[in-house]
Amino acid sequence: MLTLNCPYCGLDKDETELAYGGEAHLKRFGPGSTDEDFESYIFGRENPKGVHFERWRCASGCTKWFHAARCTVTMEVFGTYSAQTFEPPKAIKDAISKKRPGWTWRNFS
Amino acid sequence: MSDRQFDGLVSVRQVQDQGMITVRGDLKGKKIATELKAATGVDMPAQMGASVKGASGILWMSPDEAMVLAPLGDAPALAGELQKKLSKTHALVVDVSDARAVFELTGPNVRDVLAKLAPVDTHPDVLALGALRRTRMGQVACAFWLMSDTSARVICFRSVGDYMFGILSSAAAPGSEVFA
Ligand SMILES: [Zn+2]
Repeated sequence: MLTLNCPYCGLDKDETELAYGGEAHLKRFGPGSTDEDFESYIFGRENPKGVHFERWRCASGCTKWFHAARCTVTMEVFGTYSAQTFEPPKAIKDAISKKRPGWTWRNFS
Repeated sequence: MSDRQFDGLVSVRQVQDQGMITVRGDLKGKKIATELKAATGVDMPAQMGASVKGASGILWMSPDEAMVLAPLGDAPALAGELQKKLSKTHALVVDVSDARAVFELTGPNVRDVLAKLAPVDTHPDVLALGALRRTRMGQVACAFWLMSDTSARVICFRSVGDYMFGILSSAAAPGSEVFA
């Protein structure tokens, strides 16, 4: 069972109070994009053994979407952060580097 | 829903005279804080806080949502007044009194009864007086706060009020003490 701290209401929320929103930091490709970009936007997802970035919603709570960085192997949570960003903030990346030196995820490291 | 009450580990009573007004907008903005204080007589609470005095108060629901409490009879006029006063501010004001149900729990076991239903640590070190907790109880969304160490109020959608009264009563069933 995961416990994630919602950065909007500041509470540690039980997994059963949250709604999972899939992979974080996807860039949308719509009409006019190439077939390859559109296909990877619809179907291409990371399936890492280790560091992963996800979207979650404080569903039974303040109702806001937020981001979470965690390890899919140990369930360790590196941190949660605002939904209003295109990539993880430096503090989150640093927290991951401390525990998982040399980590990469898509084009982040 | 009629008046009803269940007496067990705590007394569960439906509160029928609580007016509720949802206000959405930037709660950190000066204008909204000033107008809500003028309307209720209490300060805008901090994150996840409940400032309540009698039937009036403000609940912090999210960074851009507050629940204004007022006596039921005053709520429609107060909502209209707030709407006027916030007409030049990016805000939404709706009287939701008829869309919500409120329950009051009274008794020394109040923290234990809440903890049976919600994934929340209700220990006094974690859940302080004056803190609002939005969460779920059983299958439905709700918000609750402690008015004292022996009383709490629970708000949920009125459409699930029967369910809420049922699970609160069952969590308060005599003989089901957490620490007997
Ligand atoms: Zn939240």
